[in-house]
Amino acid sequence: MDLTLKIWRQASANEKGQFINYPVTDISPDASFLEMLDILNEELVHKDEDPVAFDHDCREGICGACSLFINGRPHGPDKGITTCQMHMRHFKDGETIVIEPWRAKPFPVIKDLMVDRSAFDEIIQAGGFISVKTGGIPDANAIPIPKRVADIAMDAAACIGCGACVAACKNASAMLFVAAKVSQFARLPQGKVEARERVQNMVAKMDELGFGNCTNTYACEAECPKEISVSHIARMNSEFLISKLASQKK
Amino acid sequence: MSKTMISYSSITKKIIMALAGLFLVSFLLVHLSINILVLFDDTFELFNQAGHFMVTNPVIQTIQWVLFFGFILHIILGVIIQIQNWLARPKRYDKKYPSEMSFFSKYMIHTGAIVFIFLIIHFANFFIKLKFGNVESITYESGTYDNMGQMVYNLFKDGAYVVFYIVALLLLGFHLDHGIQSAFQSLGLNHTVYTPVIKLIGRLLAIFITLGFIAIPLVIYFFK
Repeated sequence: MDLTLKIWRQASANEKGQFINYPVTDISPDASFLEMLDILNEELVHKDEDPVAFDHDCREGICGACSLFINGRPHGPDKGITTCQMHMRHFKDGETIVIEPWRAKPFPVIKDLMVDRSAFDEIIQAGGFISVKTGGIPDANAIPIPKRVADIAMDAAACIGCGACVAACKNASAMLFVAAKVSQFARLPQGKVEARERVQNMVAKMDELGFGNCTNTYACEAECPKEISVSHIARMNSEFLISKLASQKK
Repeated sequence: MSKTMISYSSITKKIIMALAGLFLVSFLLVHLSINILVLFDDTFELFNQAGHFMVTNPVIQTIQWVLFFGFILHIILGVIIQIQNWLARPKRYDKKYPSEMSFFSKYMIHTGAIVFIFLIIHFANFFIKLKFGNVESITYESGTYDNMGQMVYNLFKDGAYVVFYIVALLLLGFHLDHGIQSAFQSLGLNHTVYTPVIKLIGRLLAIFITLGFIAIPLVIYFFK
């Protein structure tokens, strides 16, 4: 396959960026998207040019490191997968592929296609944990949790924190990410103890960092590589409402 | 008021927006049920009677202030939310695929803004005239009332106004199509079985309200 890549190049956070077109030739349709970028980078290194910076780690769709806004969609055109799992067969020979970084105020560009997603870490630090010593692994079924509830918590826990929801949302809202984390803990007995403080603290941090407001467009669910449902957002909304109504001044 | 609203949490804003929005939908239904009376008789007796009830009934007059407050809340919060959302993405994408699953959700500020302009004109046309202007009165066997029916009739004989009215109401319909189902999600109600039903009812209600309001000027313009 011969392709033209229209890639966002930006030397650093403070410098102005621009799109640069790179032709790539003879790409196998079975190559992964990141392998294709590796090939481009090798060529750039050979020509003594600066390779394109992009995030990646496990390359098997579980770490949440890879990003890339490909042809207007986070993680590209295929549904329910991350960029690293996408193959070139989803593109047409001769096509121009536009590759951009995630765009959101709380996700500043570090270089080229890499953005700083530590805003998500800050949200987790605000309450995305359980503050008890959990000890060793408990025996199966030692803590009785109905299967249905465990399944919902597990669905929420599938979130890999890649930021595709923020990237896809027209408001750059982080609601799906925060909701997945809030919902995952709120459903389980270990997490219920701190549920009220958790939802308030995490939402407050999310707002403080400058993410947008959710307007229920559901682009997040459509583009999430782990297909996290917006029902978690509704659950967070009700968790938040209940925590606000029930909270008492100390 | 708006200064403290900016500091509201994003979810608090959503919830207030949803409650105010749903309240406004209930107002639209009451409004429509009264408007439709104008088509019932040529002397507008039913309509004028209903109008008289609305402007004299103390309960309605009290709720009117709640309604006014609901509008203000919904509008101010809507604008705050939109500005914050624009600020959340200072650099826009070069290419954006429409991933939104609720189509009209993208245009809430636009449809809302035009409905707001309509509201101001509507307010000037009816409410202010009624409160401060001199509306001709008409006497029936049941009593003497302001002849609001004639006011409506005269306005809806003006083609340009009818077109403007229909466009504004269609945009209101698009606004409601997203708004009604969205309000339930904002209030934390999302259910595998009920949510599709809520979405369907929301859409049908949006169509019903829009067609209901639009039918009145069309009937008056073409058939009366």
